[in-house]
Formats: sequence, structure tokens, C-alpha cells
Amino acid sequence: MSDYGLLVDYEYCTGCHTCEVACKQEHRIEAGKTSGIKIVELLQELPGGGLDIINMPILTHLCYLCAPRIKNGQLPACQVHCMADILKFGKSEDLVKEVPKKRKAIVYTLSGFSI
Amino acid sequence: MAESGVTIHRTTSWSAGPGCHGNCGVLAHVKDDKVIKVEGDPGHPWNQGRLCPRCLAMTQYMYHKDRLRQPLKRVGERGENKWEAISWDEAFDYIETKMKDIRDKHGAESIVFQQGTGRDIGGWISMLAYAYGSPNWIFGLSGVACYTPRLMTMWATHGDHCVMDAAQWHEDRYDNPSYKVPESILIWGQNLNSSCPDGFFAHWIVDLMKKGSEIIVIDPRFTWLASRAKYWLQLRPGTDGALALGFLNVIVNEELYDEAFVNKWTNASFLVIDDGKKGQLLRESDISKNGKAENFVVWNSKSAGPAVWNSEKAAYIDESITPAKEGAFEVKLADGKTTSCKTVWAMLKESLSQYSPEKVSEITWVPEDKIVAAARFYAKSNPSALQWGLPVDTISATTPTSQAIGHLWCLTGNLDRPGGNVIARYPFDVTTYPFHSGINILDLPQETKDKRIGTWKYGAFRDFRAWAQPDMVLEQIFTSDPYPVKGMWIQTSNPIANTGLDPHKWHEALKKLDFVAVVDLFMTPTAMLADIVLPAASFLEKDSLKGWWVPLQAIQKVANVEDCRSDVDINFELAKRFKPDLPWKSVEDLYDHLLTPSGLTYSELCEKGWMIPPAGHSTAPYDRQEKGLLRKDGRPGYQTPSGKIELYSSWLEHWGLDPLPFYEEPPFSPISTPDLHEQYPLILTTGARSPAYFHSEHRQIPWLREIDPEPNIEMHPKMVQELGLRDGDMVYVENWMGRCKRRIKATPTIHPKVVMVSAGWWFPEKEAAEPSLFGVWDVNINQLIPMSHNGESGYGCPLKSILCKVYKAEEVANV
Repeated sequence: MSDYGLLVDYEYCTGCHTCEVACKQEHRIEAGKTSGIKIVELLQELPGGGLDIINMPILTHLCYLCAPRIKNGQLPACQVHCMADILKFGKSEDLVKEVPKKRKAIVYTLSGFSI
Repeated sequence: MAESGVTIHRTTSWSAGPGCHGNCGVLAHVKDDKVIKVEGDPGHPWNQGRLCPRCLAMTQYMYHKDRLRQPLKRVGERGENKWEAISWDEAFDYIETKMKDIRDKHGAESIVFQQGTGRDIGGWISMLAYAYGSPNWIFGLSGVACYTPRLMTMWATHGDHCVMDAAQWHEDRYDNPSYKVPESILIWGQNLNSSCPDGFFAHWIVDLMKKGSEIIVIDPRFTWLASRAKYWLQLRPGTDGALALGFLNVIVNEELYDEAFVNKWTNASFLVIDDGKKGQLLRESDISKNGKAENFVVWNSKSAGPAVWNSEKAAYIDESITPAKEGAFEVKLADGKTTSCKTVWAMLKESLSQYSPEKVSEITWVPEDKIVAAARFYAKSNPSALQWGLPVDTISATTPTSQAIGHLWCLTGNLDRPGGNVIARYPFDVTTYPFHSGINILDLPQETKDKRIGTWKYGAFRDFRAWAQPDMVLEQIFTSDPYPVKGMWIQTSNPIANTGLDPHKWHEALKKLDFVAVVDLFMTPTAMLADIVLPAASFLEKDSLKGWWVPLQAIQKVANVEDCRSDVDINFELAKRFKPDLPWKSVEDLYDHLLTPSGLTYSELCEKGWMIPPAGHSTAPYDRQEKGLLRKDGRPGYQTPSGKIELYSSWLEHWGLDPLPFYEEPPFSPISTPDLHEQYPLILTTGARSPAYFHSEHRQIPWLREIDPEPNIEMHPKMVQELGLRDGDMVYVENWMGRCKRRIKATPTIHPKVVMVSAGWWFPEKEAAEPSLFGVWDVNINQLIPMSHNGESGYGCPLKSILCKVYKAEEVANV
């Protein structure tokens, strides 16, 4: 198991795209290119006629958990700016313990990441 | 820790840049006088480090290749896009000469000063207008349908404005011991996470949901918030008034209101003359020759006779009386005649009886059981908060609608209560953006004030806020009645693309004027029609201050962008030219003056960054009506004419409007205009917000444009299919006013009979010169919406509910 990861409490992701722009600014990624994080919206028609929306932040191949910021004593750019405050960097084993307290959450882990 | 050569500057945001009216703390990373990164300030109580995409894209905004950087003077015809770059001195000289010439020939009132949304210019543009001598300061949206209508009804009802309490008055926020997390939050017509609510931070709602608040969402669309709501009420656009009255019907009939609060603090017991007509509040002067017209009358159950409420003292003359809340009474008048009276409460109940859940369901399309359940849940929650949005303003019936919605927090006692709706004032009484006449930076002689367009028709314009009525201003440009309008100063507003309904009429009007000046950050379709364009600064390039609603805070310049100047600098420089005896030597001098009530100077405020009024201050919550903190005389009660919450409004009565809330069908709807509905069978609603944009801004910012790349029309898949269309088709949206082109976004989130067409679109990348004007005529949805269909108050317009048809664009390719 890798040491560090990002907890995503996606029940509360409103799909505001802040994380994407924060990532692009931090890592100087131009428009048109996918950065280290991407929101995917799922609109689902439920049996019986209801609807549901899930916004899921996906950490992409480019995400390295803002390692230079972490080494600098800062938090990842997406976490700092997330308007819904649903992202949390930490030790994977600690983050995983928080998952059962949430309605819908996942932990992204990054193998080989260390401080 | 910053990289070498980088300094980090702390400031706060307001407008130009993100565009919004937020109060976010920002850390700007600056290297060699250039902003290289913008982060949220984790130490700021408003946003706690969070920041929206628009603020995070500031570097792309500030240094965009299309950013206006020098004053430009027109050299070709208006709209030809031929300009000459000039210096600021040349620009000011040119403007001064032109405007003084118009003032000499036609009077100062013939120039109109138009601002856009509630930016850091309201105070400054009015200072310029008044220094010049014109009372005609406007916001150009038809019926000033952006927050002001709601502000007006709140003021007319309880003498102050209020907002949902998300603990924003506490430095320690939700942890403050006096704060209570709302049990329910009623979100009325606002897709918060995509919008910038006025003086509110949208995601506070999400914070509170995590802390247990349950939400009720009233929205014609299934938004993300609707997906997380306990109740989602999908109403027919524009029928908000009926729904609010249905809520009130349930709350009153089931006795779910706060009895003690209603009895003590509202005018429920006041008598109204029941003459079978509109009725009128019974006044002391009606029942006794020496009685005062300001005093009101109740029925004393103990003595079975009238008793007087002394408005000045906010108390009954005889405190031992027992006012009757319900009933009809015969009251003897001063002239010896007798009249029938009813209590306000009886009148309200009678009026509400017309709005049974069954009837309201028929009007609004919301199922009856949902109306009842949601109303009960709101009323029974303790506390319950109400957060409302622009759709309450952008309907013609805005005044009775916002009055009905406001009655919800009044009847349930949630006004100025922790976790309810708290009274919101300028922090420390420092006015940076005057919402009310009488608190402007400069004053005008009464004879000049009387020339303010619209005041002779609409009392609510005369007595609330200092704006002229924009629909009448536009008309007057064509009629010159009662006097000619010859020029317009437009400051960060874009009526051709956004604020103007019937934009072709605005286009014709601007072309007709002798002089048009535009202040903006980018060239826009409106700026293209100007004689002179001045480049304004973003919030990171200016020193300013803000107090809307809390905290009181400084905006501090962190960098310069070439020749761009802040709005206040531009206004101040010109104001001095028109009024050389301006009482302030510098902008900082003016700021010191504005800050007087806080006891700070501007440089002291800059040092502090931000300040929140302490508990016990009249601009900090809670329960101020009990503590005598709302009225100037220190007595308990409210700042209304009677000192009570006026469920039956004496201000509305004074203006000749219905003093009680009622429902009015939108002017164009399947019910009001069945013939038009036959031709145009879809209900068109517009104004949906995007997290990437603020109104008509940001389409040129790459990180933002990619989030929301093109203008669309949201249609239900069933309707798309019924019309023989497909998702992604280019279509025309059309009605009797005009049409625009859009791409279909098929989505089940919208009702099949309703379409949502996003607003504010133009294409900065397209041809600027006429006739293109950045392609604005292809997409501007306002071409389908008329001006001058305001409510009786002069406020509101039919933006949220009008009719249209949709057909494939290729079919008319050669038309």
C-alpha cells in the first residue's frame, strides 16, 4: 500500500470545476489539455422516474499529489481551493479509516509517493 | 514559502476579475510587478482558502492579449472598430469638453450614468453623476431586476434587508456558540454552486448540509442541489408568487407560525378599513380630530373599542390593552360616521384562502402533497433559513412575490434569529455601495432629484434607492419626453449582450445619442458603439474598500497592468473636473471619510485587512429588535413607519400598490396569452448560471471557456424527439420579438414544456465591427424579451417566463 493519497468525499462534489483550474494554474497546463484532475458528471435516470447526479473528480495520470507543494508544507492546489471542501490529502491508511463515516467517498492512492 | 523573487500579497476580491460580489480573501503571488499565481487565503473567514475558477484564472484575465490597456478614441463611424490610442489626459480633456457642452445645451440630467452589476463602482459612478449634476444613475436591466426589487420589499416590510445566516458574522464561523445550524434551508430559485449569490458564498450551503441541514429546492430544473434535497419542487417558471402564497396558506391554516413573534413584532393586529375596495390602514387621524396620521389603530378586546399604536414610540399609548388579532369591527370615525374594519391578520387570512395547495398546484405544476410537505418542513424546522435567487427579481410580479416569500421568515419568527435570516447592514455603518438614497457620497438639490427619470411614475423608485427607472430611460431617449437624453456614461456594463432586453432597441438608442463613453476591461459589443473607451483595472490592480454585508475589508493593489486605471480613480478625476470644490483631495481622503463610522482610517483598515462588527453592535446579529439595536432612537422594534414588521405594508399602500402579497400570472404565458402560446408552445426561461462565467464576461479566458464552450438550449429529450430534432442540433429559438441560434443540449433535468437558454453570450473571437459586433446577434436570447413589461411597482421584468418555439436552423439557412 502506498503511503499517501487523496480522500474524495464525492457525495458533495458540486461540479464547479475549481479543482481543474487550480491544477492548471499550479502546474501551468494550457486550456484544452486535461490536467491532474477532471470532473466527470453522471446524470442518471432512476427506475421509477427519479434522477440523480454524481460529480466524480478523477485523478489523472498527471496527478502527483502536488509533491513540491507538500514538500513545501502546503496542501495540494485542488484541496486548498475546492469550494465544497471535499478533498483531503493524507496518509492512505488514515484516509481509508474516514471512508466508512461518509455516504459516498473514495481514496485515491499514488504508488511510490513519499515525503 | 514562495519561490525566489516572489512576494505574496493579501487582498480581497470584488468584481472586475471574477466579476462577482463575493468577499473572498486572496493571496496574490507577484514577481516583477506581475501576478503569477492567485490562491485563496486560508486565514480569511469568508472563503477559508477556497476560490472559484474565475478567480483562479486571474492571470489569464489580467494579461490577456485583448485586455484594454490604453484609452481609445473613435476615429471611424460608431461600430466601425476604428480607434486611436490616446493618453489619459487627452481622454479626460475630451470627455470633459463633450460633457460640459451637453450640460450647457441640454442640462446635466440629459446624460445618463449606467453601471453594470453590483461592482466596486456603485458609489463612485454616482459620485461622478452627481458631481456632473445629473440625477440619472441607472442599472440597465429592465425593472432593475437584480436584487434591488427584493431589497425594496424587505425594506418596505421590515425596514432592513436580511440574508440567510451561514455564520458569516462570526470570525469563528460555525463554531461560534451563538450560532445554530439551520435544520432546514429553503433554496428559492438559485443554483448556488454555479452562481455568485449577492454577498453570499454559495458553498456555505454545502458546509451546512454536511453539518446536518436538510434542503428544500424550488427550481424548474433538477440541479445538483435538487439532487441532494429532501424536497425538490419543480415549478412552472414565473409562478413563484403562487407557490409562496401556497406555503403561507399551509403555515397559517395549520397554525405553524410563531404565534408569540407574530403577535409581538408584526402589525397583524392593526385595523384596515374594509370598504370593499383596496382597503387602507386605519390611522389615529381617522378616529380622532387631533390624531396623528403616523399612528395606527387596533381593536382592544378588553374594552371592546379602538386603541392607538404610537409609531414614534413603537408602543401602544396604553400598554395594558389586549389587541385583537382576528375579527371584524365597527369603528367610529372622527367625522362621526362608522366604518367596518378588519385586522391585518384577518385580511391576510382571507387573501391566503384563495391559495389552497390544490389551487396552487394547478398554477405552479407542483404536486399538492409536495407543497404541503415542504411548507410544513420549513415551518416546523428550528431554525429554518431561506436563501433566494434572482428569479424572484426577474419576473414582472417581483414585488408581491418577494413580499410573499419574505413573509415566510416573518411568520415563522426566523428574522434575525441564529440560523435563520439575519438582518444585514453595512458593517460598522460604512457605506461603500449605497443601496438607499440619502447615503450617497454627494447630494443633489431637490429640484434636480425631481428630474430623476421614473420618480414621477413609481413611488418605489422615488423613495427607495437612487436609481432612475431604466425602461423609462430607454423610452425617453426616443421620445425626449419630458426632456431630451443626449449622452450615456456606461461603466462596466454591456447592455447589447447582457443587461439590455430588446437589445436592438438599446443599439438604436446608443446610436442616437450625441455622446457615449464606456469604461471596461475588454472590448465588448457595447463598447464598440462608444465614442471613447477607457481601460479599467481588475481588483488586483486597485485600492478600494468593501462592506457588503460583512466583513468590512480593504482591497489592495498588488500590481499594475500598463495604463489601466481603477474605476474609482477614473470617476474621481472626472468628478473633480465637474465639481472643483469636491470635498476630498484624493481617493484615500474619500475612503477615510467613508470609514468615519468605523473609527478607522483607510491605511488602518489596510493593515487589518478585514473586520467583523462585534456582537452587540447594531450591524451584528442577533435579535436586535428586542435590544433596541435596529432603530435610531434605541427603542425595541424595526425601522419601519410603524416600528413593526409590516405584513400589510404602509409603504406599498403609500405608493398605491396592493399592501398584501398576491399572485399575478406572467404577462406572457399559456394562461395570459393563449393565442401566443398556440404559436409559441414552449415556456422560455433564461439566466441559468455557469460556474465559468459571470454574466457576459470571461468568454475569452481559455481555462474558463473550455468548461462551458458554447451557448446552448436545454430541452427535455421527449420534447427534442417530439419536434423531430436531435441532441446537438443547431436550432433557432424564436418568438414575436426575434430569434437566436443555439445548440440543443438534451437533458431530462428540465420540464418537457420548458426550455432554458443561457444568457450573456457573445464571441470575443469573432468579428468586432458592425454588423457582427462579436456575433452577438446570432446568440443573444434577450432579442426575444421586451422592455417595459415591469410590475406595477416599476420593478421586475419577464426574463424568467416568456414563450418561444424551436426549429432546426438549417431549414431557414437562406432566410
